[in-house]
Amino acid sequence: MSAARIDAKKGGSWLGAYVLVYLVFLYLPVSLIPLFSFNASIQAAFPLQGFTFEWYATLFGNSALSGALANSLVIGAIAATGATLCGITVSYMDLYGRSPLALTISAIARLPILIPGVIVGISLLILVNLIGFGPSRIAIVLGHILVALPTTVVIMKSRFAAIPNTIREAALDLGASDWTTFRRVMLPLSLPAIVSAFMLAFLTSFDEFIVAFFLAGTEPTLPLYIWSQLRFPKSLPTVMALGTAILAVSFVIAAIAEILRHRGLAAAQRPVPADLSKPEETERGELQWHST
Amino acid sequence: MGNPMSTIVATQPLPESRFSPGFRLAMLLPGGLVTFFLILFALGLVLFLAFRGNDGSLLGAGFTFANFTTVASDPLYWTVTLRSLAIAGLVTLATVVTAYPVACYLAFHAGRRRGLLLFLVTLPFWTSYLLRVFAWKIVLAYNGVLNSALIESGIWSEPTLAFLNTPAAVVVTLAHAYAPFAILPIYVALDTIPKSLLEAASDLGARPFTSFRRVVLPNSMPGVLAAALVVFVPTVGDYVTPALVGGPASTMIGTLIQAQFGKANDWPFGAALAVAVMLVILAVVLVVRFADRRFGSRT
Repeated sequence: MSAARIDAKKGGSWLGAYVLVYLVFLYLPVSLIPLFSFNASIQAAFPLQGFTFEWYATLFGNSALSGALANSLVIGAIAATGATLCGITVSYMDLYGRSPLALTISAIARLPILIPGVIVGISLLILVNLIGFGPSRIAIVLGHILVALPTTVVIMKSRFAAIPNTIREAALDLGASDWTTFRRVMLPLSLPAIVSAFMLAFLTSFDEFIVAFFLAGTEPTLPLYIWSQLRFPKSLPTVMALGTAILAVSFVIAAIAEILRHRGLAAAQRPVPADLSKPEETERGELQWHST
Repeated sequence: MGNPMSTIVATQPLPESRFSPGFRLAMLLPGGLVTFFLILFALGLVLFLAFRGNDGSLLGAGFTFANFTTVASDPLYWTVTLRSLAIAGLVTLATVVTAYPVACYLAFHAGRRRGLLLFLVTLPFWTSYLLRVFAWKIVLAYNGVLNSALIESGIWSEPTLAFLNTPAAVVVTLAHAYAPFAILPIYVALDTIPKSLLEAASDLGARPFTSFRRVVLPNSMPGVLAAALVVFVPTVGDYVTPALVGGPASTMIGTLIQAQFGKANDWPFGAALAVAVMLVILAVVLVVRFADRRFGSRT
């Protein structure tokens, strides 16, 4: 074994230790929220005062909280549906539409990643006031479609690109219409990615605060409710109990979405046709906004 | 040489499969509505409003440059803009520099653990931003986690106010909140470097450090620049973190925009500030594009 190899290996273990420290730094602050949500003290400070479920009990029977939760769920579901629908159609036309218009739409659809949330928020605030319905749940839905759109477009595009082109061509050659090819061939083949895009869009909406802040009328979402509670030191433990529940739900949904996305991509790799047109990047299925 | 079948498939022009007009329309409609109406038209409204005077009505009155002359002439806005740029720049630098070794490990050393590690570094990406910032508030507060832990362990005898409500707190919190954004683009850039390049460098006698500096680093620049952009854009316009952990000394441009659409109720002026921010971002994007062409000549 050459000296360079051994050096590289040693470097690898140092890097491995660094990655471990990095992960601890990444998760430590967030893990304090669940830790102190069980602490029998209003103050989030050491030493811990004992174990309690008291703060979780305060979550139940709070009508403002359950109202905000219902709003978040409804807004998340509708926004995720819209964003996924747009992600599917935009990326499909981007790949197969062969028109400058489709490419333009796809490029603009990924633009919100280059616009700070505050500007997305105010631009939609002006728009919804101009249309007439003003700040409302519909306004938040529109905002969250924009925020989630880059994610859904990127996920769906990498999925469609991973489907061998020959399958789509075979369907068309056998006389399937555009619509049939799309609905009976391409959509079923990309179902795991669609579910994954929907779930991640839902999560984006469910956790989103910056845009929703501008667009909320009298019906707050869950993050807006949390924001309103942050002013009162007395309600901090309740916020931490609520935050723990939200984190747990987010982790589970994100985990399922990731598994689905990778399973979908892995499934696409199994039949290995001589497909030279397929770009290498799409195989790993990493999210990349700047792939163009 | 090669597979003749695949050569034929690859070179023969595909049967012209233009979509039928109805299908095209149906497929372009949702995306077209969202992109042209919700993105372009709404941004156009901001631009329009930025040139209007504030008379309390939705779209303002009259055509004026007054908003922009105020932004350009009042030192307050220069200070806040420069501060936003400095904070976002520091955050970007910190996230990219700390993320790079992680991306390196993922690309070259992770082996079987790669999938799990990728999942672990992207997971925070999907959790609530507000909660991640809130976590730092309880860490840095006067009677918070850090102070109490330092006193408990005997390093400190009195709690200090020095943590919360400082620009440093904003930088640390934002760097932590946006850390996962930086890893993926760098990892993808590193992972797509052809392994043959590294072998060639090593065969030609380059030591690991030289081959890193001369081969890996230049080839990963597109990923680094993409990562920098993805972190810089949301941080430069952020208003949540300054509000929660920053205090008055770390007001950022996003805070001012938010105030114009809230308490101050001067929408045209807020729109002008937003246009200024977009111009700053545009300038940064152009610089990155230029740098990308300069250093990222791989593609």
